[in-house]
Amino acid sequence: MASGIGLAKISLAQSETPDRRAKWLAARRRAAWARFGLPLVGAATLLILWWAVIYLFKVKPFIAPAPEVVAQTLIAKFDVLASNLLPTAIEAVCGFLVGNIAAIVIATLFVHRKMLELAFFPLVVLFNSVPVVAKAPILVLLLGNGMAPKIAIAAVVCFFPTLVNMVRGLEAVSPQSMELMHVLSASRWEIFIRLRLPTSVPYLFSALKIAASTAVVGAIVGEWIGSQEGIGALIIQATYNFDSALLYATVVCGSVFSVAFFLAVRLAERLCVRWIPKGA
Amino acid sequence: MTPAIDLRGVSVRFMSDRAEVTALEDVSFTLEAGSFLSLLGPSGCGKSTLLRLVADIVAPSAGTVRVLGHAPDIARRQREIGFVFQDASLLPWCNVIDNVRLPLQVGGQLRGVKPRHSAEELLALVGLAGWEKALPHELSGGMRQRVSIARALLVGPKILLMDEPFGALDEITRDRLNDELLRVWRETQTTILFVTHSIHEAAYLGQKVLMLAARPGRVRELVTIDLPEPRALAVRDTQAFGAIAARLRAVLETC
Ligand SMILES: Nc1ncnc2c1ncn2[C@@H]1O[C@H](COP(=O)(O)OP(=O)(O)OP(=O)(O)O)[C@@H](O)[C@H]1O
Ligand SMILES: [Mg+2]
Repeated sequence: MASGIGLAKISLAQSETPDRRAKWLAARRRAAWARFGLPLVGAATLLILWWAVIYLFKVKPFIAPAPEVVAQTLIAKFDVLASNLLPTAIEAVCGFLVGNIAAIVIATLFVHRKMLELAFFPLVVLFNSVPVVAKAPILVLLLGNGMAPKIAIAAVVCFFPTLVNMVRGLEAVSPQSMELMHVLSASRWEIFIRLRLPTSVPYLFSALKIAASTAVVGAIVGEWIGSQEGIGALIIQATYNFDSALLYATVVCGSVFSVAFFLAVRLAERLCVRWIPKGA
Repeated sequence: MTPAIDLRGVSVRFMSDRAEVTALEDVSFTLEAGSFLSLLGPSGCGKSTLLRLVADIVAPSAGTVRVLGHAPDIARRQREIGFVFQDASLLPWCNVIDNVRLPLQVGGQLRGVKPRHSAEELLALVGLAGWEKALPHELSGGMRQRVSIARALLVGPKILLMDEPFGALDEITRDRLNDELLRVWRETQTTILFVTHSIHEAAYLGQKVLMLAARPGRVRELVTIDLPEPRALAVRDTQAFGAIAARLRAVLETC
């Protein structure tokens, strides 16, 4: 009798386990599909809507192009687009590097010399509250017409969020870790290298991810003000020529670069920050 | 022989916006080298402050603190002091073995000096052999705390200060770690100053229990624990242990 019950339990468990596993697998597949499939569905819906509006309302091509025209332009004018993306990409990446390195260095100074922070942080806040489009002409006047002003503008827009986050990150060490370092007689330099800097890395990356897109915006805004080449210049040109297809294709190019830049920074983050458990 | 720790009329006062807090008032006691002292007292009576005094993290407002016959900062710089904090305070980006080695990588003095026990030996001593490459977030709370004990022992300190190291652990784990700590203490002959909220832990571990009263923090009583050495968990079921615990409880209620 007892063994009969045992058998029944076992067979029940056996019939149940694969079933539950299958359900779990199915749920996971659905989640994966939702994660990757739904954004595609969203994008497709938008494209169809775009297309429908153009054809139903007979929108003139110089006002807004149909999606397939933009696609054709992307292919036909690939070399023009690419040769204009290159300077913008160089400016954005250089600006990103300059702005963020400056922010990291200044944050380090601020954290170690409180007086400096008290004296200059309000100025930085003030400077940051001036819109980019207002800062840009000033920098163009100061730095002339080459790549320098665009790099400077991209650097300036990256600078502030990184500075703020980096100061926060460098100061986010727990008092207990500081006491530990004190008991170990660690020098300020050792505390900086072994404790403050690693603590700040996750904060730094959340700023860098923002900076990756704002650097591109900065470079494009810089090109609007005075440039013969670059995504910004091409946008202005296409607009003046009522070449809406080229305008849209240019915007697509800029966005693709911006997204790729962001993803590169996120990849770097994944490689650098491995100690934070998933979901934390 | 110079005592490991010697406090004479020590007071610690903290200034704040609202008032001046007296954390410790006229505290005097002496701790011989190689002994195990438990510190017991209500919350806020200055137990952590006392450990911080010895570790040169806070300075006394009055009185003198001598650690191994020196001022605390000298003992600290000579790496005579190990500190185990309430939360393990491991560096989350370093794996277990690098966390244990941290004391060799900072502070200068010990660079090039070979410690008495290697980090691997100490990990084995605290029962974590094979976990060298794990990251702190992959360990349980008890394991993290054992890593921090191994780290504190790496420089072979003469004095080990422990601030409620097992406070956050369940009772079974805590019992096991208590026994491991006693074993480590016997093997390394370190002087241990151990803060706890638990009467049983204080009595089981300490050769003596220093009881502090609160507001202001001051010495209430120094109780000698007369239990056979070496201690084993079974001693906690004896009548003698029950009597000691009852006595400590009675004193604690008046602190
Ligand atoms: N850095 C500080 N600044 C101001 N007051 C402090 C500081 N550190 C401790 N105190 C005060 O000193 C008193 C003793 O604190 P301490 O942390 O030593 O108590 P404790 O016995 O360790 O308490 P617990 O058991 O809760 O950990 C408390 O009243 C606390 O508010
Ligand atoms: Mg405390």
